[in-house]
Amino acid sequence: MEGKSSYGGNMEYLKATELKLGPPGTDIRQEATSGVSTRPKKRAMTGPTEQHTKSKVQVVGWPPVRPQRMNSFRARRNETVDESGGVYVKVSMDGAPYLRNIDLKILHGYKELRTILEGMFKCSSLGGAEGYDEEGYAITYEDKDGDLMLVGDVPWEMFVSSCKRLRIMKGSEARGLS
Amino acid sequence: MKVQSAMFYFPEEVIEHIFSFLTHHPDRNTVSTVCKAWYKIERLSRREVFVGNCYAIRPDRAAARFPGLRSLTLKGKPHFADFDLVPPDWGGLAGPWIEAMARSCPNLEELRMKRMVVSDESLELLVHAFPNFKALVLVSCEGFSTDGLAAVARSCKSLRELDLQENEIEDRGPRWLNSFPDMCTSLVSLNFACLKGEVNLKSLERLVCRSPNLKCLRLNRAVPVETLAKIMNQCPNLEDLGTGSLLADQFSEAYVSLISALQKCKKLRCLSGFWDASPLCLLAVYPICANLTGLNLSYAPTVQGQDFINLIQHCVKLLRLWVLDSVGDKGLAVVASACKELQELRVFPSDLFAAGPATVTEEGLVAISTGCPKLNSLLYFCHSMTNSALITVSKNCPNFTRFRLCILEPRKPDPATNEPLDEGFGAVVKTCKNLRRFSISGLLTDQVFYYIGKYAKALEMLSIAFAGDTDQGMTYVLNGCKNLRKLEIRDCPFGDGALLADVTKYETMRSLWMSSCDISLRGCKALATKMPSLNVEIINEWEAEMEENLNNGVAEVISNNNNKHINNGNDERKVEKLYVYRTVGGPRTDAPDFVWTL
Repeated sequence: MEGKSSYGGNMEYLKATELKLGPPGTDIRQEATSGVSTRPKKRAMTGPTEQHTKSKVQVVGWPPVRPQRMNSFRARRNETVDESGGVYVKVSMDGAPYLRNIDLKILHGYKELRTILEGMFKCSSLGGAEGYDEEGYAITYEDKDGDLMLVGDVPWEMFVSSCKRLRIMKGSEARGLS
Repeated sequence: MKVQSAMFYFPEEVIEHIFSFLTHHPDRNTVSTVCKAWYKIERLSRREVFVGNCYAIRPDRAAARFPGLRSLTLKGKPHFADFDLVPPDWGGLAGPWIEAMARSCPNLEELRMKRMVVSDESLELLVHAFPNFKALVLVSCEGFSTDGLAAVARSCKSLRELDLQENEIEDRGPRWLNSFPDMCTSLVSLNFACLKGEVNLKSLERLVCRSPNLKCLRLNRAVPVETLAKIMNQCPNLEDLGTGSLLADQFSEAYVSLISALQKCKKLRCLSGFWDASPLCLLAVYPICANLTGLNLSYAPTVQGQDFINLIQHCVKLLRLWVLDSVGDKGLAVVASACKELQELRVFPSDLFAAGPATVTEEGLVAISTGCPKLNSLLYFCHSMTNSALITVSKNCPNFTRFRLCILEPRKPDPATNEPLDEGFGAVVKTCKNLRRFSISGLLTDQVFYYIGKYAKALEMLSIAFAGDTDQGMTYVLNGCKNLRKLEIRDCPFGDGALLADVTKYETMRSLWMSSCDISLRGCKALATKMPSLNVEIINEWEAEMEENLNNGVAEVISNNNNKHINNGNDERKVEKLYVYRTVGGPRTDAPDFVWTL
């Protein structure tokens, strides 16, 4: 049973080692990984990247709203979404001086998660479909049982309900997980 | 007898008296150019000076020219700094101006600054150098803390106005309110709504109690309803109120107290704040709605749906309304039917990511234009707009002086026809002969710029983003808009051809901003060479950062020699951010290393 292949295609490097409950040779439907421009926040992106996602990748300085209002939007989102069950998890990255917070409820899949994290931590390489090299990072999370897991193995909804905390690990450490 | 010699018998006092009727700055500037005598009389009698770009003139020169100055208005960073497009530490320092004024203009009473960096030390200097200092207005400024506010409060003998709008103020505790001396009773206007931290409520109450002239009071979110009620009871003459947090329990003493207090304020005309407003607290406001001329609900997402409708339908004299798009087209329809005198409307986005069930569309705007024909100032954030709506709006409201429409998704076409919005915005400029400020968005080709150049003759400020096809677009604007003062462009395909199409034009303007366009270093250098009266500045964070990385990795110190970067050969490099402005002050002496003056 292939189950709902609602997880993104960026974990392709794991395909060979995945346990599949189906006849050999069947392919799990992959979502194409879009190469979202990940240059650090210095150059504005030229327009929306995907029409169908509700949560758009943010263009620098757009919409033209003052920081005070932007911050009050974020605060508001926190307040309102929390009431309806927002799933806020802390995100740490090795070497970064401070952590971030992210609401998994507003995301729709691993691909979006990766995009948002890349934007937050301005990293050009967070591991990828092409595998990761020495300079790469891997996205891991701590689940309900306190175990450190690699992001991408389980269906998205299951991930959202079990993820307690995210950690972006340096490639050299993370390799032990694959 | 020659007519000319009659001029010498015209007493200076008379000329000065005549000049005193000229309140418009450009007029005073003009008379000062007539002859030496008039220049001298004008400059000595000038009481108010407006400097739209703090780098257009050296502070000491301005201070020396107008020794009798009482009121100074300064603007610093370019407008797009509001949206994080200008790196921190870019400049706009208030210090040199305050120091220059301290040396030459002892009578300074008022200082208004926008988008400038002010330090606590500068604030200290301000209140000690000017014995008559009365009014400090800071808009979108940064660099100071509540300690600076304490200094202002403490030392100002007759402070009338302390107005802090949308500043980034470092919070060092609530003690600053205690710093107003007990004998300070002169306050007329106090606005600290943008302060994020706690305030000392007892101090606030005491301060209000001893300020009988208080007309405008805007509190921050930390002030609860209990305190608000106490304050309102002390100030029945308040005309402008910004509430604190409006969260209250129906049966609480505070709530009951608030209702009775508000009813006593017969002169209240302007309301803002409304943080966390519960529907109940809104009920308390109904009795005073009929006299309101200004209402700002843009920080109150809880006021939507029927609550908003119930409130707004009473506001029949409203002139200015700021709301969030969560009021929806339905809410705007009620505004249109109730607020017939409306002149200014601002609709801000409440959810930046998705068009929720209640946001505004072109329908809301059309309804407003139909119901409020006196509308002359608009700021409207929406998810989509159609040409036909814009055409209708401009027919209904030909009096727009400020028209800013922001469609949240860049380059979005008219959803009904899939066409660009050229015709819609074109209709606005054709119909609104007095249009001074214009911001456009959505899918736009060179055609809209053709219309702007052809019809927008009164236009002074134009903001463009993600628009146009070729250099011709920008050229239309430069050639056609005779009164253009500020042009700011981002993410448009305008290149060197457009930049250099009419270089003398920039001398007639205050400034030009271009970011993420198609201009190269070669083009910018050419501009700088042709027009020495302009400062042509490039903001290049990439190279500055690369140099910083080099510095960290290499033992020797690499000198921050701008020439090294500018002249290292590759003039075809695209310029990320360009800021051009006319100046008599020469190149900036305080430019950080990522700002290169060509």
